[in-house]
Amino acid sequence: MTATVKEPQKEGSYKVDAIKEGVVIDHIPPKKALKVLEILGLAELDNVVIVGMNFSSKKMKMKDVVKIEKRVLTKDETDKISLIAPSASVSVIKDFKVVEKRHVEVPDEVKKVIQCPNPNCITQSNGVKSYFHIVKKTSPLQARCHYCEKIFDEKEFLF
Amino acid sequence: MNNNLFISLSVPLIFNMHFKDRDLISINDLSKEEILFLLDQAKKVEAFSHAKRFGLLQGKIMASLFFEPSTRTRLSFSSSMEGLGGRVIGFDDEKTTSVKKGESLFDTIKMVEQYADVIVMRHPRDGAARLAAEASSKPIINAGDGANQHPTQTLLDLFSILKTQGKLEGLNIAMVGDLKYGRTVHSLAMALSHFDCNLFFVAPPMLRMPKQYLDELRRKGMTVSEHEKMEDVLGKVDVLYMTRIQQERFPDPADYEKVKHVYRLTRKGLTNVKPNLKIMHPLPRINEISTLVDETPYAYYFQQAGNGIPVRQALILQIMGVQL
Repeated sequence: MTATVKEPQKEGSYKVDAIKEGVVIDHIPPKKALKVLEILGLAELDNVVIVGMNFSSKKMKMKDVVKIEKRVLTKDETDKISLIAPSASVSVIKDFKVVEKRHVEVPDEVKKVIQCPNPNCITQSNGVKSYFHIVKKTSPLQARCHYCEKIFDEKEFLF
Repeated sequence: MNNNLFISLSVPLIFNMHFKDRDLISINDLSKEEILFLLDQAKKVEAFSHAKRFGLLQGKIMASLFFEPSTRTRLSFSSSMEGLGGRVIGFDDEKTTSVKKGESLFDTIKMVEQYADVIVMRHPRDGAARLAAEASSKPIINAGDGANQHPTQTLLDLFSILKTQGKLEGLNIAMVGDLKYGRTVHSLAMALSHFDCNLFFVAPPMLRMPKQYLDELRRKGMTVSEHEKMEDVLGKVDVLYMTRIQQERFPDPADYEKVKHVYRLTRKGLTNVKPNLKIMHPLPRINEISTLVDETPYAYYFQQAGNGIPVRQALILQIMGVQL
């Protein structure tokens, strides 16, 4: 989808600068922004990252917002945050304008996003990266560990 | 065995099943047709003479990696391979290996794959076999990973049910004992979901069948019910699948003490059962089946263990690409 509207300036966004090129992830549940950055692997990059936490929101009461300069995130990348931020929206910014806006969707599988809650799972040792298949995509979500095959409800997810 | 029992299985066998170089990690990796194909192959192997079997895998090597203790499964796999003319290398105590020095499972498997044509492994961690399969270019057969899966036990259980009942569809099957930690009952229940059976789960409240399996079975349209007393189901079932209360799986020893003697099957308890009833058990038993039951026509657990040989031989042969 393409559009020429300006990057949204509402719900407290006046507190952080608009970006010229990059991505804005909005409507992240409060206090989850840092985890979102970690899941997306952005905390280790050199790009300018603006993090806003606990903004007031009409829709969510409180929300976090993340803006990443000079970085394009694919749908597959941003869908990885759907387990922790199911209502998040992603806006791609070019020359201060929103050229694409999308909502995150729950993917079929996620790697390195949630840890297996099973204390006897092989992923708890041996440096094995976690890998889950999402077996129920509607709330409450359910995910099956690729290794120990146990199915966990959303409330059991460990990020 | 009555050969007619397997006539109904011949239809799916027109399909060419591809098992060569495949791993067997979970019973959930097999379709209904693949399960029936392997059972039919086991029946063929069982009919072969020892001499004929012995020539099938000459020169092949199986690595037997047992990171936790096992008697039955380890011996059954070794006997199966050696009965096919192959050789077995490996260990049955990780304390004597480089794992003790801190070697990762991934590295251990990458090393062993250089030495063997097929790898059989048991490991105390859930999911270890899946990880091993990712590390190995040689096929991995899961001989038990923690409380998760033990697919060849499930295949031999199905083979035993088929041999004794003549069918897998429409049976009443009770599973008794540790249904929470027991990987054999989890795998068997899921495998039976391919067939239209009624399942009775008998367990004390703290050892009930996990909700994940109950939900999945019901989602597949299975008729399942839960009970606390074995006597409630004894007269109704064709197969009584007993299990040991596994002390080693209990995080709290006090909980084990509460339930360790909760079920005990005696000869007297078998007075009003169906004539075709067969009692099965993955073994070892502790005291959940009286030794007096061994003398009844219902006892089948030792023959069941013996069925592991043709089933595992059939699987190994398929994985090694030997067509019967």
